[in-house]
Amino acid sequence: MTASEGAESLVRRGTVITAAALLGVAGVYVLAWGYTPIEARQGVAQKIFYLHVPSAWSALLAFSLVGIVSALYLWLNDPRLDRFAAASAEVGLAFSAVMLTTGPIWAKPIWGTWWTWDARLTLTLFLFFLFIGYLALRAALQDPGERARFSAVIGILGLLLVPFIHLSVYLFRTLHPQPVVLKPSRPSLPPEMLRTLLISGAVFLLLYIGLVTIRYGLALAEEAGEHGDAA
Amino acid sequence: MPEWLRLALVIAGKDVRAELRSRTAILSAVVFAALVLVVFNFARDPTALAAVDLAPSVLWVTFALAAMLALNRAFTVEKENAALDGLLLAPVPREALFAGKLLANLAFVGTVEAVTLPLFVLFFNVDLGTALPGIIGVTALATVGFVTVGTIFSAMAVRTRFAELMLPVLLLPFMVPPLIGAVQVTARLLAGRPLSEMMGWLRLLALYDLVFVILCSLVFTAVVDE
Amino acid sequence: MPSSDGPRLLEATGLRRAYGRRQVLRDIDLTVAAGEAVAVAGPNGAGKTTLLRVLAGLARPDRGEVRLEGQPLRRDSPEIRRAVGLVSHQTLLYDDLTLHENLTFAARLYGLPTPAAAARSALDEAGLGARADESPRRLSRGLAQRAAIARALLHRPRVLLLDEPFTALDAAASERLRDELRARREQGLGIVLVTHQLGEAWAVATRIAVIVEGRWACDETLAGSLEGFLPRYQELIGA
Repeated sequence: MTASEGAESLVRRGTVITAAALLGVAGVYVLAWGYTPIEARQGVAQKIFYLHVPSAWSALLAFSLVGIVSALYLWLNDPRLDRFAAASAEVGLAFSAVMLTTGPIWAKPIWGTWWTWDARLTLTLFLFFLFIGYLALRAALQDPGERARFSAVIGILGLLLVPFIHLSVYLFRTLHPQPVVLKPSRPSLPPEMLRTLLISGAVFLLLYIGLVTIRYGLALAEEAGEHGDAA
Repeated sequence: MPEWLRLALVIAGKDVRAELRSRTAILSAVVFAALVLVVFNFARDPTALAAVDLAPSVLWVTFALAAMLALNRAFTVEKENAALDGLLLAPVPREALFAGKLLANLAFVGTVEAVTLPLFVLFFNVDLGTALPGIIGVTALATVGFVTVGTIFSAMAVRTRFAELMLPVLLLPFMVPPLIGAVQVTARLLAGRPLSEMMGWLRLLALYDLVFVILCSLVFTAVVDE
Repeated sequence: MPSSDGPRLLEATGLRRAYGRRQVLRDIDLTVAAGEAVAVAGPNGAGKTTLLRVLAGLARPDRGEVRLEGQPLRRDSPEIRRAVGLVSHQTLLYDDLTLHENLTFAARLYGLPTPAAAARSALDEAGLGARADESPRRLSRGLAQRAAIARALLHRPRVLLLDEPFTALDAAASERLRDELRARREQGLGIVLVTHQLGEAWAVATRIAVIVEGRWACDETLAGSLEGFLPRYQELIGA
């Protein structure tokens, strides 16, 4: 199989997976509307939580993979790892953008403000900026080897930044009691909520896999197209 | 003295000597810091908030912005003369090269901070009093944090076309934990709070420094070696 | 195929290097013995500068190895780098430091015992003693080149690599450079001289190697005149 044929097959498989995942998202919608109970304090608007939280998880997963794969790249020097990291970063950017837009839409009716510096939103905001920095740097470098190495460095450093952001937010909040904000992800969720949340998490994971596969395939096709099919 | 330290000091010494001759980066950064302080002064409503409430944030935003100006220098000068090759050709371990650049950058940024602090006291009428040693301490701790990451990012940014724009885009997320910690500790110092209230933040700062100094020294070779 | 019986100072085997998708070096072997000067010629973009950077340890080959005095050149063993010196297009000198400070800095980087004195004597030897306290930006191209060579030789490398050193030199400076390189070669230095102007290298080289599209088109001992070689050279580079 030549490089471009391989790329096409990846894009096809990725599209199938993504389509299945999007159906899954529709399914989650249905579950959210019909199956899960309405939350006492927050009402119907709370249901966006089933999309909002898994988006955040996926963004974090995408970013963690960028970091881990970057470390592997520096060790093994395999360009496929770099391609995967770049694909994961783009998909992660999309997920964090979704999360950052659904967050305020949800927050406004419930908390009365568009934005709050709670742990999840803040972390996702940082991931968003880190993704942007990563992709901006890649766009500014022409030499593929240099681009891969520098991206890997940012990936690794960014991954290590995440626990510090978390720690900072935690310290900030324990020392600065915020107006009481209800965090819906408490451990004692009614079973229907928990199940829907987990299903949604799985669906978003599938969506991540599908989108990254497509993106990876597209990158492979681009490279193969630039230089003929000589591998 | 271990060889890597000797080399780091040689490299840092060269950078400091060269900067003292041309003085471009330090002067621009100091002037910039002074201007930022002036802008802050006119940008606030003096009746709305007491100066001392705003003071830590003003000080640290100024430090952070001025640092970014100063940071670009260390690698721009190597690029101008393509002299980085000279450093890479020599039997200098890359960790020592990073340490040297880091020390030079700390010297530059530290100098800018040392000049900015008295200006800040002057413009904002802040009484440092017994808080001064503490402020110097927390400044050192936080500065090491963002200058470490800033050094490695400026080495990368200098290879791109819009280096002055790329560095802030990359660096700002990384400056947030040291900045938050520094502001929190500075605020408490100025308010005369006991040390126990700051321990969490100080530990955060120290841990950040430790993790990133080690990590950046290790990955530095990926930035400078082809 | 070394042209002298001196000890092998530099041995490169199977060098391959790509930039992105462009394969720049394809299975290059090169050996340089003491007292040899190899002129590496070829058309632009053939891989000459890349080859030099790999030999100097500034670029890592994708495959293959470089050995200096028998020791492999690797990232984790910086000491090996002492054996090589490089004179590239840029002078590697800092404009904000004087010549003397520049060379003292280089001497310290290489851990020489009396850096300032070594710098002073190197500058005197190069005829730059009088200008030791000036900035490199005040020097003419020829003098800056001399300073760059003095810097490259400061730590007494066994192999000197030069990237088109005769560019933009006037006749007198070229003559001086040729004499200096010849003298050093006779003292046992190994030289690799990249050039795309054969004429300038002819008086220095003991061997000629032509690289075309990343491969050697020829690598042989210098024999005969430049005029005699030129037609063959034109043919090799496909002019």
